[in-house]
Amino acid sequence: MSTQEFQVNYEKKGLPSTWLRNGLIFLVLGIGLSAAAYFIEPQRALINGVVAYMFVFGCGIASLFLIALEYIVGAVWSVPFRRISEFLAALLFIAPVLALPAFFNFHQVFHWSAPEAASDAILKAKAPYLNVSFFVIRFIGIFIISWLFYFFIIRNSRKQDVSREQFLTKRNITLSGAFIPVFAILISIMSLDWLMSLEPHWFSTIFCVYYFAGSLLAAIAALTFIVVSLNERGYLIKGLTEDHYYSLGGLMFAFTNFWAYIAFSQFLLIWYANLPEENFWFINRMNDTWSYISVGLIVLKFVMPYALLASQPSKMNPGRLKLAAFWILGAQYYDLFWLAIPNYYKTGPALHWTDFGFPLLAIGVIMTVFCIVARGKNLVPIGDPKLKRSMDFHL
Amino acid sequence: MQNKVLYSVTGIFQTPDSIKHAAKSIADAGYKRYDINTPYPVHGIPKAMGMTISKLGYFTLVFGLSGIALALGFTWIITNIIYPLVQGGKPFFALPPFIPITFEVTVLLSSCGTVIIMLLLYFKFPNNSHPLHDTNYMKKVSSDKYGAYIMADDPNFDQSKVRSLLESLGAIDIEDIYYDEETVSLRPKVFEPKFLGFLLVAILITAGATYFTLNKLLFMPPFDWMSFQSRVNAQSLSTFFPDKHGMRMPPSGTIARGFMPFPYEGDPDKAGKMLVNPMTNTQENIEQGRKQYDIFCSPCHDWHGTGNSRLRGQFPNPPSLHSQKVRNWSDGMIYYIITMGQNTMPSYAYQVSREDRWAIILYVRTLQRAMNAKPEDIK
Ligand code: HEC
Repeated sequence: MSTQEFQVNYEKKGLPSTWLRNGLIFLVLGIGLSAAAYFIEPQRALINGVVAYMFVFGCGIASLFLIALEYIVGAVWSVPFRRISEFLAALLFIAPVLALPAFFNFHQVFHWSAPEAASDAILKAKAPYLNVSFFVIRFIGIFIISWLFYFFIIRNSRKQDVSREQFLTKRNITLSGAFIPVFAILISIMSLDWLMSLEPHWFSTIFCVYYFAGSLLAAIAALTFIVVSLNERGYLIKGLTEDHYYSLGGLMFAFTNFWAYIAFSQFLLIWYANLPEENFWFINRMNDTWSYISVGLIVLKFVMPYALLASQPSKMNPGRLKLAAFWILGAQYYDLFWLAIPNYYKTGPALHWTDFGFPLLAIGVIMTVFCIVARGKNLVPIGDPKLKRSMDFHL
Repeated sequence: MQNKVLYSVTGIFQTPDSIKHAAKSIADAGYKRYDINTPYPVHGIPKAMGMTISKLGYFTLVFGLSGIALALGFTWIITNIIYPLVQGGKPFFALPPFIPITFEVTVLLSSCGTVIIMLLLYFKFPNNSHPLHDTNYMKKVSSDKYGAYIMADDPNFDQSKVRSLLESLGAIDIEDIYYDEETVSLRPKVFEPKFLGFLLVAILITAGATYFTLNKLLFMPPFDWMSFQSRVNAQSLSTFFPDKHGMRMPPSGTIARGFMPFPYEGDPDKAGKMLVNPMTNTQENIEQGRKQYDIFCSPCHDWHGTGNSRLRGQFPNPPSLHSQKVRNWSDGMIYYIITMGQNTMPSYAYQVSREDRWAIILYVRTLQRAMNAKPEDIK
């Protein structure tokens, strides 16, 4: 190890003051509109609430996964960005609040829990898993486990800013190794419980991977958007290069393709086998105006990000990266909406004006939580032993 | 040195920093035809040389798009025109199953095409002679030194000026490289008979090996072992069950989902009298009938029911569906034929649902009317 001292070219600054303000504006607007939605269209608002919840939860847990991934594979280039993901992972603490309305109206959201389900042979067979008490235990368990990992990993990372101890990185590598398989189980259970069970007769063995792909994409997009915006205004470490940007853009591009691959795999098998117990899920989404929403999903979540990020220069262009990241976040919300709402509204217009308050709510929550958690902290892990090498990163 | 042509002036540099600086200075001096050689990729050289992003990506795009067009066109022609056969009751050309093929052909063409274009255009493949081969310069820059050379065909080239430029940049071992036009050629050699002959041989060997593998090798042991498995094949004898039937009968009294009795077996006339078409003559139902007719009936009866089959004599041609006899038949009679078959025509009861059978009949009626249109139909 070289004894030469590495000068971190980072000056600690608070986040731009407008961020928290804008976040709060979104939050207030979102709360207002969605509260209005609860009075006007209670059933639809509840499901929209589940969509917003799954969006926020996915961003949070996938951000924690990104951190673990960096540790476990020894990634160097992403070190200056890890702190941003750490702040985003704090969404895991606010997510359960978003899930509360669904708990208070349980039967309306989860039809399998309604008393009529007892006479349904399929639901009866699924009851050992799909019952209210086990559901609640799983929900609480998922959050406690992910909070524990968050707590230990983030504490080590923050301590390192001051102590610069290498063993903290080692410890986090071990923790990350333990977290990744646990993460796979947690996110699978969450997507099963909160999205697939909205249509309890349906099943798809690839569904959890589908949710994982979308959530990780959203976590990378949120990270990219924040990193590029902050770096443009000089809030991050000096000396980030186009190669850093390129890697972020490359990841978004790769996971756009991964999502498309998984989504198509799910569709192709169900389409081909054409079994009545599976295909109705897609048929519901091909009826009426839902068919436009379904085609829109392909365009918005695959074709557009693909075109935005395909060329090499576009992955280094800050403006393009921000646009693509913002676009992908929107598309992820759209995707979750498409997964949830048609289970309840099979015919009739696909969109309702009350739907639009919930994405605002989700964005408001993410921005506000990010600003509050980041307040007074270093935006870059200045004590990380890999930081110097990551500043020398070249493709 | 007579007969020899000047190719370039080369200079050797000692450190990565000096070569980076040299690259930038040569570019700033306005030279276009020059290159840098390093024993390993040195970061920042392309930038110092003022290189923009390679145009190779556009070739990839073109090849990728041709891959999409090729795969979709190929599958479309096969399934829609050359062999429009029923595959699991799906439409002839259904997009989803061909997406993986399209994806693969796209990736294959774009990656192979890019590599081949790179070899041909950038490396002048198959011309592998180069004036710098086997020079001291090349030996040094492939082990532990860094080199820059400026070519004689640069519009700004002036031997003494170039030498002094390299010298001022700190180059050591400045050398003039000459080559013999007879032994070293700078032109591409793609169309030389030798190379074309090589390509031909390669194509023949690949084609022969493919033919042998697919038609012979796969039928020889041990490659055919996959065909012999300890499972019961459809229609074959079983030593396990006492009745020796490989395919099992459902327990007696079993009925299928949505089963409807059909008590007219062997009595077409009664079926013709008793059965009425439950489907109304709407455009939607006729369209449903057209789809099913095109899938299940058209291979034998032709798209328009003329009986002019697409099976090229592998099956007796059926009679026309426009005969007075068929036109006078009731819907129930045709339903009976689809359900029970007639002589060589097999039953379609297991492949075409009840509703679809009635829809097909609506469509057959539409065809009949179109073929025998009366003046008042043309309005
Ligand atoms: C395998 C080829 C084949 C297919 C597929 C087929 N048919 Fe036939 N069809 C025949 C042949 C051959 C005959 C003449 C049988 C005979 O010798 O009486 C026939 C006869 C008929 C007849 C009676 C015509 C007459 O003049 O006696 C009707 C009606 C008919 N087919 C309708 C259909 C319909 C509807 C379908 C689609 C569900 C269909 N067929 C599919 C081969 C086919």
